[in-house]
Amino acid sequence: MFAYIVRRLLYALPILIGVNLITFALFFVVNSPDDMARMHLGVKRVTPEAIERWKAERGYDRPLFVNTQADGREKLTDTIFFDESLRMFAFDFGRADDGRDIAQEIRDRMRPSLAIALPTFVLGLFVSVSFALMLVFFRASYLDFWGVVLCVAMMSISSLFYIIGGQWLVSKVWALVPISGYAPGLDAARFLVLPVLISVVAGIGANARWYRTIFLEEISKDYVRTARAKGLSELAVLFRHVLKNAMIPILTGVVVVIPLLFMGSLIVESFFGIPGLGSYTIDAINAQDFAVVRAMVFIGSVLYIVGLLLTDISYTLVDPRVRLE
Amino acid sequence: MDFRFVLLWTDALFFVLLALGLVTIVYVRRSQPLRAAWRKVGSRATGMATATILLAFLAIGLADSLHYRPALPAAAVDGGEAPADSREAAYSSEVLSALDALLAPLRTRLEKTYSAPFAGELYARETVELPDGEQTRIHPRLTYGAAHLDDPETERAQDIASRLGNGAAAAFGVWLVAALAVTASLARRRGRGWTEAASALVRGETVLAWRAALVTFGAILLVAGAAVALGSHYHVFGTDKVGQDVLYLSLKSVRTALIIGTLTTLVMLPFAVALGIMAGYLGGWVDDVIQYLYTVLNAIPGVLLIAAAVLMMQVVIDTNPQWFATAAERADARLLALCLILGITSWTGLCRLLRGETLKLRELDYVHAARAFGVGTAAILRRHIMPNVMHIVMIALVMDFSGLVLAEAVLSYVGIGVDPGTISFGTMINMARAELAREPMVWWSLLAAFAFMFVLVLSANLFADVVRDAFDPRRG
Repeated sequence: MFAYIVRRLLYALPILIGVNLITFALFFVVNSPDDMARMHLGVKRVTPEAIERWKAERGYDRPLFVNTQADGREKLTDTIFFDESLRMFAFDFGRADDGRDIAQEIRDRMRPSLAIALPTFVLGLFVSVSFALMLVFFRASYLDFWGVVLCVAMMSISSLFYIIGGQWLVSKVWALVPISGYAPGLDAARFLVLPVLISVVAGIGANARWYRTIFLEEISKDYVRTARAKGLSELAVLFRHVLKNAMIPILTGVVVVIPLLFMGSLIVESFFGIPGLGSYTIDAINAQDFAVVRAMVFIGSVLYIVGLLLTDISYTLVDPRVRLE
Repeated sequence: MDFRFVLLWTDALFFVLLALGLVTIVYVRRSQPLRAAWRKVGSRATGMATATILLAFLAIGLADSLHYRPALPAAAVDGGEAPADSREAAYSSEVLSALDALLAPLRTRLEKTYSAPFAGELYARETVELPDGEQTRIHPRLTYGAAHLDDPETERAQDIASRLGNGAAAAFGVWLVAALAVTASLARRRGRGWTEAASALVRGETVLAWRAALVTFGAILLVAGAAVALGSHYHVFGTDKVGQDVLYLSLKSVRTALIIGTLTTLVMLPFAVALGIMAGYLGGWVDDVIQYLYTVLNAIPGVLLIAAAVLMMQVVIDTNPQWFATAAERADARLLALCLILGITSWTGLCRLLRGETLKLRELDYVHAARAFGVGTAAILRRHIMPNVMHIVMIALVMDFSGLVLAEAVLSYVGIGVDPGTISFGTMINMARAELAREPMVWWSLLAAFAFMFVLVLSANLFADVVRDAFDPRRG
């Protein structure tokens, strides 16, 4: 098991390097630093001196990959690629355009993001699985049919509608919770209820329908028939046998997103004014702060790889037939 | 009227896609199993009904893809007698489409600013000077909306009702023609009498679910008839901030949604199919390289990759303004680039599915037999593997469509979607969102965008379900 994990982590390295190369190519090769400087400075203030100054401030005035003017090791290290890309592996992301340290900012903003994403994840999984189980329990009845219709209708609604509609109804008409904002500590609950609720509702349609198909596939298997033949009640069959076995495919789809919860939700956070990583990313995109976007891409891919590893490990925990070799 | 055709990039690709669709239809008609699968789709009421709705959307999108630049009136070019040759070059920089021409009354009747659906007055009060010199704040009358009524408050209900009646009558007329045409073709195909064909149609006993298609078509006609009858004298969905008719904006958004939903898949399809099949069949280092490629692309969170790519593309477009003759061409380039980027980020899922399926197929007897006969690898892939994974491709195409339409709205909201000048559901929502804080609320453009999107995505989802049921061999 330990050897397997180490091997998987080593395998992750080339993937991270690939991610790094792609982002680097996107940000520095497709557009030269000159183009970026011009865009950042705006049309009016573009002078050759201003561009040089802008590049020098960020260290973009060096060559991309190979510095022919430096000696020895410096040839490779005194380049944009080394500075901007490789130091990310040490989780050093440099500074944002407003001069703040990105790594520090990310640490600060992780907590609000988690405060929304974690309850959403747990509650969402619980609600969707329960709903799907209910549909399966009443399978091939009108309740099942209309439940599926409801799921398809719910997944056809734009997530923006859920957010805007929810804000309007709960915060404006009923005035139950504040429309947006955030407060540290326990006070945050007031602000978190609505975004969590909306995210859960927005996810039910697609998830419940997917879980339902998994349950239905499981329920037609032989061991379920055996369990029924032994005289187990339908509820006992569902909870004790079907649910347990259906958790394996559900876990594959779900565990991989757990680490990504740290990244928060882009849309929900920016709509509700929650100072998490999602709104940080959106602000960076709107302000065209490339350093922040690059840092978030890197963190996102690290978390995704961790998620893949967790998925494999969780397999062995729920299904003893799977052995990691 | 004089005009010059404009073929935007997305138009061209959209037509290519349609041509491919027609080729597919010819191909399907020749292949027995494919014909059976599609007949299964057609025999389901849901399949026919949603296909009718999707075709209606497609017609709107198609009309909106025929672009042209109208000629400017000669007088506008040169005050006096202009020589004939200098007049030729004078085309408006505004690119219009056939849909714009059809909807000219909606497009050109601009109000000053917001007005509610069916309103006769502006939504906001304005200070007006009365003839006696005093100033009051009233809701001024609209220039076009309900302008034919003297007192909208009292006359509106009756006027709307009578117009609705006319619209419904016209719709029924058109519908009757369509119903008769369907009955006639059914009667001819079965070689039996009209009454028999008609009764089979009414009882829903035809091979294809024509009854469902006709009912849906009738509903579409009713809505369209009402919109035509009312749209000429009212703003049915109100007007937006700059006074544009929201119904017009919603109809224009359909093309953007269709382009994003279809072109993206067209872009990614060759990669996904070729790489997926090669990885599965060849194995070895090819498999390793392809797997590495899609794991890397998958590892980057989709939105962020799109954001990074769109930001970069924006810089390219901004630094090369000389590439684009008109604003429409620039917006179009951005739309196409968005499709490319979405395609690059979304081919991995299909590629993995195809790889898995090919792994299974390559061990089957007929593939072994082909190899034993000395058939080349390329021929095996083309003749034996490809046709047998096509159902997966088909299902993926239809399933991806609705997700892409929804994604466009979210991406445009984040600011990494289509050009702000392109009319799309995303930009509509984005503009309307800023006005939600107004008191009283401006809700109609939001609701119109969401309603149109809901109908489009819901029919696409239901259609995708029917297609999957018909093509997936594991489902009975």
